[in-house]
Amino acid sequence: GAKIIEIQVFNKNKEIIKTLRERGFFPTRPLYTPSSTTTHHARTMKQNSEQTSISNLQETTAGATGVTTDMRVIVPLQGVVQGGGGLVLGSIIPCALFYFFQLYLKGKSRSDDDPVTPTPPPLPEISPPLERVHSIRSIWSPRGTNGQAQVSSRANSVIKQPDSPHYVGLKRASEDPYDESSNSDGIIQLGLDENKLSLDLVQDWLVEHTNCLIFGQDLRMNGITTYHPFDGLSELKMAVAGFMSQAMEGRVLFDPSQIFLTSGATPAVEMLAFCLADSGNAFLVPSPYFPDLDRDIKWRTGVEIIHVPCRSSDNFSLNTTALHRAYNQAKKRGLKVQGVIISNPSNPVGNLLNRETIYKLLDFATEKNIHIISNEILACSTGNESQQEFVSMAEIMNSEEYDRNRLHIVYGLSKDLSLPGFRVGVVYSFNQNVMDASKKLLRFSSVSSLAQRLLISMVNDSRFIRKFLKINSERVERMRNLFVSGLKNLGIECMESSRGFYCWVDMSGFIRPYSEKGEFELWEKLLNVGKINATPGSCCHCIEPGWFRFCFTNLKEKEIPLVMERIRRVL
Amino acid sequence: MAIEIVQPSVAGLSKIAVSETHGENSPYFAGWKAYDENPYHEMHNPSGVIQMGLAENQVSFDLVEKYLESNQEAASWGKKVSGFKENALFQDYHGLLSFRKAMASFMEQVRGGKARFDPERVVLTAGATAANELLTFVLADPGDALLVPTPYYPGFDRDLRWRTGVEIVPIHCESSNNFQVTPQALESAYDHATSMNMKVRGVLITNPSNPLGATIQRKVLEEILDFVTRKNIHLVSDEIYSGSVFHSNEFVSIAEVLESRNYKDSERCHIVYSLSKDLGLPGFRVGTVYSYNDQVVTTARRMSSFTLISSQTQLLLASMLSDNEFTEKYIKINRERLRKRYETIVAGLKKAGIECLKGNAGLFCWMNLSPYLSENTKSGELEIWKTIMEEVRLNISPGSSCRCSEAGWFRVCFANMSEETLEVALSRLHEFMDRRRRDRNLLSVL
Repeated sequence: GAKIIEIQVFNKNKEIIKTLRERGFFPTRPLYTPSSTTTHHARTMKQNSEQTSISNLQETTAGATGVTTDMRVIVPLQGVVQGGGGLVLGSIIPCALFYFFQLYLKGKSRSDDDPVTPTPPPLPEISPPLERVHSIRSIWSPRGTNGQAQVSSRANSVIKQPDSPHYVGLKRASEDPYDESSNSDGIIQLGLDENKLSLDLVQDWLVEHTNCLIFGQDLRMNGITTYHPFDGLSELKMAVAGFMSQAMEGRVLFDPSQIFLTSGATPAVEMLAFCLADSGNAFLVPSPYFPDLDRDIKWRTGVEIIHVPCRSSDNFSLNTTALHRAYNQAKKRGLKVQGVIISNPSNPVGNLLNRETIYKLLDFATEKNIHIISNEILACSTGNESQQEFVSMAEIMNSEEYDRNRLHIVYGLSKDLSLPGFRVGVVYSFNQNVMDASKKLLRFSSVSSLAQRLLISMVNDSRFIRKFLKINSERVERMRNLFVSGLKNLGIECMESSRGFYCWVDMSGFIRPYSEKGEFELWEKLLNVGKINATPGSCCHCIEPGWFRFCFTNLKEKEIPLVMERIRRVL
Repeated sequence: MAIEIVQPSVAGLSKIAVSETHGENSPYFAGWKAYDENPYHEMHNPSGVIQMGLAENQVSFDLVEKYLESNQEAASWGKKVSGFKENALFQDYHGLLSFRKAMASFMEQVRGGKARFDPERVVLTAGATAANELLTFVLADPGDALLVPTPYYPGFDRDLRWRTGVEIVPIHCESSNNFQVTPQALESAYDHATSMNMKVRGVLITNPSNPLGATIQRKVLEEILDFVTRKNIHLVSDEIYSGSVFHSNEFVSIAEVLESRNYKDSERCHIVYSLSKDLGLPGFRVGTVYSYNDQVVTTARRMSSFTLISSQTQLLLASMLSDNEFTEKYIKINRERLRKRYETIVAGLKKAGIECLKGNAGLFCWMNLSPYLSENTKSGELEIWKTIMEEVRLNISPGSSCRCSEAGWFRVCFANMSEETLEVALSRLHEFMDRRRRDRNLLSVL
């Protein structure tokens, strides 16, 4: 049954539409309405404030391109009613009538259907119509007797998250994980880009060095337990600066005083978003991009993401025409673009930005006077060095060819050092204002001193780090080759320029129909029948259906044939 | 409000980045700067500034240290070496179950077993600062208001407001009834907020109170709970000093009140806790949000992705906090030592002719210098604060930075220094007050 309720606003009254557009009421993808809370709370007009409607809109994946020609619009009725202006009100009544008419028709047709099979999990960002009716009705109903204190609309948007296949898959795989001996029928996790291949190296080092470390040389806890600078101990900053240089093969030197440590790359990205953009502003992000970015950027900051779609015909590389187009479209929508967020190497595609593209991006940012955030968290997971070179934004920052006040790097130890549990992320910036703000903002997400002490010693052991980087790189490369050739034997192609812990795989030949729906069905089959969790391209906002991200660093070598067999079963 | 600085060349920054809402230009923080520039040291700098503005607990630090030294295993990777693999990779925002269980049990112990805590409701954050901010994100939208009794912890202005865009509307409390919250004050704050067109989302109390250093009486808790129920809003109880109450029977947690009401209407209540004060481990960044509301638990948990505790820290603390023998002993001894310190400082201040509010908890006392102000205003208060900082070389926190509605009150911390240092501070203050009295007498004679 149809899950999208569309209202086709006929172009009678252009004035009204113009006003609505200025208020952002015309997203290009269907709106995701906030589901009512789990118990049946009546939502009153007071609670469905303008804030609610605004956050609704920010739920839309604003596809900057591909605006459909006929105006498919979902008017967040409750919000619009609240919003002032008779002009707006004047458009509601015809909309509302039309809406209810549609509902009536749909209700009628549904009752004529055969008994419905359990509805499949909804596509991302669409809510079942029933809840919609409930919330609409509540406008005219008196305040509920339940009187439950409501949570904020920000919280409401957070609750909706897990419906996306990315999160559903992760959850399922963690509840029913594959284990060779105890659960051979379990789900093999290919959706989490973690690197388990070289954990033994880190483990060995830690076991060898641990006892003297936690307490420092003189076995005293002093200095570890007290408050310390929120942006990290300076010794760790120095160690991390050295590590980052090493990871990028000594091509760039990192200055420790421009480093800020956070409890993971997630808060690092969010913090930059808070610093560089106000609520209602936007960032341009080339798609496909990793699913968590939606959460990191949008959840609490109120900042929007505008997609800059990349295509397979370009090998998913960043196209400056697309950048300009996205920027202009944002402008038309009245959104102020504050910056561009790139990941290099790219997640999920795995390719590297070449020098030429980087310069074009820098020119673009200079022209528009905006920032660039470069997420380089997978920097040393680059496989073979003899292939394409990795150009870090830091190189540009050091060269001073461009104003480095607009350049910022996000980094972390979770990927390159396989230590996500330690929660260490890095913000690297020369912008004095960002630095000042960060020092204060980091109180909300600083790294445990215990973890810092431990890491100082580990990261300073450059012999170990060299060995680790070399062996890890070899293992990742080996696993990738095995995985890619395994897929090739099944007739499945991967993006050739793959880096990182995953393959960006083209399954478009196996989906029917050639659409998001077809892709979703394949994802489901892979999960339920093949017992494999992979990330479908739609979660990464890829505009071409059929692409999947498979992470292979969670596997052991001998599990690869099993994985291939399971994929074959599904196809 | 936010001051926008115009950036001529580079793309501007957000209002948040340039705003003053972090509050770090207030006197509360100015005193810290003075301390940083001239810190007291017993040997090397005996005339330096003594830091009495930092609420840190160092009195029982030796107990934690001793425990860890004799339990080396706990401090490393746990019993199994293979425990490392899960540990290093573990980034689940649920947090280690063993740690949550240990936290829940520790919180129960701190309350003398008078309330029960469910590990499934424990949400982990990197410190109480993050916990308070997180709850504010979850419970309120930009422009909404939280009611907070004055005087309150100066950091709230930043933690609750900066990135969240939420406002604080003060619930004014007065010395006439020992700064306790009254139903009238609650109503009046609520009305004030609504008259400014702000939607009130909840009340946030700190129990035991910072900066008062006193627990909230049961009767007052009941009144507050009734109030929030009537208005259908949330109640956040920051109980970060619950383990620092001098006599365990004098602390009533909101959890106890809820339990006695059979958890009726409990979905509007949330507790914030942390190990920074009670256990003296602020460097570890361990905080929790405990909520009786399923939706809040789920949401806060997901949002905690922005502020996770390192897995290895969780592992270490899990084993320490589930060692009941250790925690019982620690809680008991910590209380005693704090009580002794409190008695020392109060007696010392009395000798100097200074009265304090009768306190029974925390790492500080709430000192009354109003009789000594040249004028009974904020500037009079800041004048004497400056004098104390410059002449007596003590950094204490003026009540105005805690939004106290009466001038002349100061928060003085006593747990972040050795006993000797405390004596030095007290004798300095004593000398200062003596000198002042002499000068006054001299003036009155002339």
